[in-house]
Amino acid sequence: MKVLVAVKRVVDYSVRVRVRADGSGVETANVKMSMNPFDEIAVEEAVRWRESGQAEELTVLSAGPDACQETLRTALAMGADRGIHLRVPDPGGALEPLALAKLLAQQVAREPVDIVLLGKQAIDDDANQTGQMLAGLLGWPQGTFCSAIRFVGEGLEVVREVDGGLEHLALELPAVLTTDLRLNEPRYVKLPNIMKAKKKPIEVREAAELGVDIAPRVQIIQVAEPARRTAGVVLNDATELVARLREEAKVI
Amino acid sequence: MAVLVIAEHDGEQLAAATRSAVAAAQLLGSEVDLLVAGHRVETLAAAAACIAGLRGVLSCDAPQLEHALAECHAPLVASLAGEYSHVFTAATTTGKNLLPRVAALLDRAQVSDLMAVVDAQTFVRPVYAGNALETVRVEETPVVASVRPTAFGAVGDDDPVAIRVVQLPDAPPAGSRFLKLEASPGERPELTTAGVVVSGGRGVGSAENFALIDQLADALGAAVGASRAAVDAGYVPNDYQVGQTGKVVAPSLYVAVGISGAIQHLAGMKDSKVIVAINKDPDAPIFQVADYGLVGDLFQIVPQLIAALEK
Repeated sequence: MKVLVAVKRVVDYSVRVRVRADGSGVETANVKMSMNPFDEIAVEEAVRWRESGQAEELTVLSAGPDACQETLRTALAMGADRGIHLRVPDPGGALEPLALAKLLAQQVAREPVDIVLLGKQAIDDDANQTGQMLAGLLGWPQGTFCSAIRFVGEGLEVVREVDGGLEHLALELPAVLTTDLRLNEPRYVKLPNIMKAKKKPIEVREAAELGVDIAPRVQIIQVAEPARRTAGVVLNDATELVARLREEAKVI
Repeated sequence: MAVLVIAEHDGEQLAAATRSAVAAAQLLGSEVDLLVAGHRVETLAAAAACIAGLRGVLSCDAPQLEHALAECHAPLVASLAGEYSHVFTAATTTGKNLLPRVAALLDRAQVSDLMAVVDAQTFVRPVYAGNALETVRVEETPVVASVRPTAFGAVGDDDPVAIRVVQLPDAPPAGSRFLKLEASPGERPELTTAGVVVSGGRGVGSAENFALIDQLADALGAAVGASRAAVDAGYVPNDYQVGQTGKVVAPSLYVAVGISGAIQHLAGMKDSKVIVAINKDPDAPIFQVADYGLVGDLFQIVPQLIAALEK
């Protein structure tokens, strides 16, 4: 079984993001960048399949500026076999989900796989689209927001985190899967593995030369700070709280 | 051209979030049609037809539409989309699963989690867990967008509009099969639409202690939520999670008990009208966003609060 995992380089989850004063976007210069946490869960899951022998090859792909190769190296250090970097010159803006889905569909056509695994959303644009779009383009079944993935017979059984609880689906292969938080806990990468990862191959291709329309479709007019809440008052006891909620806030 | 809204339901009832998606669609200044797709949806379509301000309801009935499988529903929506300027649905897990597949079939971008309509082509949406708001413009037709339900009011009922039956187009086999839904137990209000939400965090300490949160919720007629820390610690099921990667709520009253207020959590509740924080740490970040705070042991304060509410 061959597996492709897509990973994105994003502002680290622990960074408090700042909107640029001119409203052109969020400050990303001199900010700590990391692999998108949901993608890290995807890599971890696929590495476990690789270690248990369920997957025989694990490829990781990232599309973006040169610095994406750092993210690919992290995935290789976690246990992926090889990387593909689809280079998008910086600054050129980020790829939209549909553009990435088309690039991934083209990659799958070039080198067929049984499963494409992605994070359910990137914590920068919070779009939550790429996996579903890829499944639509390929005409494959999709298992989104997975908290459990099991190989059963010729296919998969997945558990999905949905609003009403947990949904269980049976999927045929090939399939597109996206990860939710509780699928696994990604490992810490050990130094020897980081050294080993430096020797693993990363193939670099120019995204613009792949014959895929990756031009932006959505124009970002402005990025603004949301209205800030201000701290309120600390009260003495529960009785005072109930009085305030009834008489001042009038919410109960 | 009119706007198409995709209704969400569980086979028996329309989701409240659908009424918010309709409310957002009605801000575009065009007529709105609502699509009800499922299996044996006659009653549902009749209920949908009573939602105020619609032009009409489209109803599609087929066994393969019984569950909300995107593989089966996306070709139907895509086959209808050509007649519409916009395709909207609520940004629930069902909508998030379905809509990007529709967008891909139509070769259109998608705007996720729309929070405000500036004009028919221009929208505001959150990025970075709501720490920044993006104003975006889309020139394509149809505009495909998911709507954050808490950002829009819910449309009420009116006299019924006409129902038009539409056919399911031929589509390749789904490749996916519904096995079961492990529904979360509970008879409380639904988290994302409740007027009052009580959430517990790591400070609650155990699944057994969470009964205290339930009691407070009962006293307030509230829905129960939780922080990611409480979910990860196994105190409550995953669908209780309020936050960037869980549910986004905006009730008139949000009570955070034993929740420190990680950015992740704040992203899911900071648009609530009034926020109350109960925490033993006076420096907890939750107090920075709370309108009212009580500093102290939640195991003393919460029973006092329940008693005070019952007075």
